Amino acid sequence: MKAKIIITPKKAVLDPQGKTVENALAHMGYQGVVGVHVGKYVEIDLAPGTDRETARVALNEAAHKFLSNPVIEDFRLEIE
Amino acid sequence: MHFAVLQLPASNCDQDCVHAVRVLGHTADLVWHKDASLGRADAVIVPGGFSYGDYLRCGAIARFSPVMQAVNEFAASGGLVLGICNGFQILCEAGLLPGALIRNRDLQFHCEQVYLKTGNAETPFTHQIPPGKLLRIPIAHGDGCYFADEQTLGQLQAGGQILWQYCDAAGQITDSSNPNGSLLNIAGICNAARNVAGLMPHPDRASEMILGSDDGRWIFESMLHTLAVSGTRRAA
Repeated sequence: MKAKIIITPKKAVLDPQGKTVENALAHMGYQGVVGVHVGKYVEIDLAPGTDRETARVALNEAAHKFLSNPVIEDFRLEIE
Repeated sequence: MHFAVLQLPASNCDQDCVHAVRVLGHTADLVWHKDASLGRADAVIVPGGFSYGDYLRCGAIARFSPVMQAVNEFAASGGLVLGICNGFQILCEAGLLPGALIRNRDLQFHCEQVYLKTGNAETPFTHQIPPGKLLRIPIAHGDGCYFADEQTLGQLQAGGQILWQYCDAAGQITDSSNPNGSLLNIAGICNAARNVAGLMPHPDRASEMILGSDDGRWIFESMLHTLAVSGTRRAA
């Protein structure tokens, strides 16, 4: 059982990495790219038999207070 | 006066801070990150470096170290806490200061001398700085771009919490004198209670003329003067 947490910079926050990658894609000839946002991906292995909802609540809290910084980042939590 | 200087894994300016305090004729001890007590501290410095490898985000892991619980309590009781560079990032992550420090806008690590204009000379960290004096102090960081939402920026301005802004040699706050893209050219701020401050530049590296500038002393002198006047020896 795995949890996946995808962390991205908030839209209002300057994202120089995303901008630089976007420019590089344009230089390489990739057309139609109108925005790139570089974030983080955290994959968490959960013990077999873990209750899905309990894990969701706990990891949502962990992502809010530790894995992401709500001042500058948004996150999305997926459990599979 | 006696300073506690935190020593976190991969702090690298801890000894610089201890040295700067001693140059000023005062004492300082290093406090290990696993310690739950600050000992007999009158003030705390969270030094620069790359604590916990800057993993996840700068300061994100350090804020949960045992010694930071003691710093939280020390700050809540009104004790003076100064965060320098990585220390500033840690204090923001810990919620002791508002906002966050993100990657420099040009993605470059900047290691250079900057000029700072003092925005509020009536705080425990600034009141000994001579009026109009620009501080020439080095920076050395890759993640020093200060960000906060508009509401927070408004509160910082209204509350006189913007202590230092990047400026040019003439004291003009310009975009070209902003080394990292910080909003409002912010180099350092304090909390609403004015007992916790953080800045990206290194006063610890500019506290004696052999280092090219001793302008950083004014910040430490301000803290020392505040402690001398308050006359209280705090312990946490």
